[in-house]
Amino acid sequence: MTSEPARPGFLGSQPYGSGREPANLGDILERVLDRGVIIAGDIRVNLLDIELLTIKLRLIIASVDTARELGINWWEHDPWLSGRDRGLAEENRLLRRRLAELEGTEPEQVEPARAEPEEAELERGDDGR
Amino acid sequence: MAADLGTYLYAIAREPVPPCPEGLTGVAGEPVRTVAGSGLVAYVGTVPLDRFGEEPLRRSMEDLDWLGATARAHDRVVAAVAASAPTAPVRLVTVYSGDEQVRDLLEERRAEFLDVLARVAGREEWGVKAYAEPVAETPEPKAANSGASSPGTAYLKRRQAGLHERERVWREAGARAMEIHRALSGIAVAGRLHRAQDPQLSGRRDWMVLNGAYLVDRDRAGEFRRAVDRLRGRGLQVELTGPWAPYSFAVLEEGRHGVA
Repeated sequence: MTSEPARPGFLGSQPYGSGREPANLGDILERVLDRGVIIAGDIRVNLLDIELLTIKLRLIIASVDTARELGINWWEHDPWLSGRDRGLAEENRLLRRRLAELEGTEPEQVEPARAEPEEAELERGDDGR
Repeated sequence: MAADLGTYLYAIAREPVPPCPEGLTGVAGEPVRTVAGSGLVAYVGTVPLDRFGEEPLRRSMEDLDWLGATARAHDRVVAAVAASAPTAPVRLVTVYSGDEQVRDLLEERRAEFLDVLARVAGREEWGVKAYAEPVAETPEPKAANSGASSPGTAYLKRRQAGLHERERVWREAGARAMEIHRALSGIAVAGRLHRAQDPQLSGRRDWMVLNGAYLVDRDRAGEFRRAVDRLRGRGLQVELTGPWAPYSFAVLEEGRHGVA
């Protein structure tokens, strides 16, 4: 089944395969593991607690050696994985305070609100997950 | 030897469906067939439990080569089915002890499946991701303009400026990503924002600021693609994938129902 037969009626007027934008393995894994109808089969695949699996998946893709170097909780500190760059904001805040101490001034009160609408919205895709 | 075989479930559609395409094979190289019941049709394959049982799967799922090949095979079946009829894709490695259990499932969850299928009929999913150029955490020191301070203070100032710059770029890219999302949602029937992919998964070092999925009427696909093209540039790289089976829009109301 390397070449998709152009089967009228089955493949429809817009055959899948041709005209389909290229998909990398990450795109496919993300969909088949994390989306679609999620129901329990009779075969209990316990590791399909999706959080655990995606973490595992990242470790696999990073390769075992890399994962070991990175440490088991590295994804928790990755701003793009933990949702928001909380660490970055916190560090920024501490730096501001330290700087103010050094300069003998009051720290500026310019901390940006973390829950801006667009940021909150950006996270919405994970609802109920 | 029924005890050694299981029924692997790929997708669910509504009757009537066109005949299962000849030569369509699944995750174990097995022919894909259909199990009908309650006005629904399940696309299934018979798989050996020595490869798709609990223990073997626990091991195989950690083997990236196996996982990749299995995911591609699963998606190939789902895509083929979705090209012919409104389809609800089912998650990878959903395995039942036999066809009878699949028929029970169709009966029990009939209303929910019909809801999902009505929602996705005549529509396809498109994936749109946007990336921003990453900004270094600490910029190179600028010409001695911070001469008044100690080297430590100068470093802290520089570090803070770097963090400010990163935040600014990230915020702007995020706002731009939301503009893209809103524009595409205007053409799509529905849009969903997913968590940004890990750089290891996306294979790119750039910051992923948008990972959206859009359910688009088939006859508006061209319009959607042109809109994506128009939204390219302006500091973001925009990537389009699809059409996909409606993975992101086939979520059951009680998505976690029955999951351990």
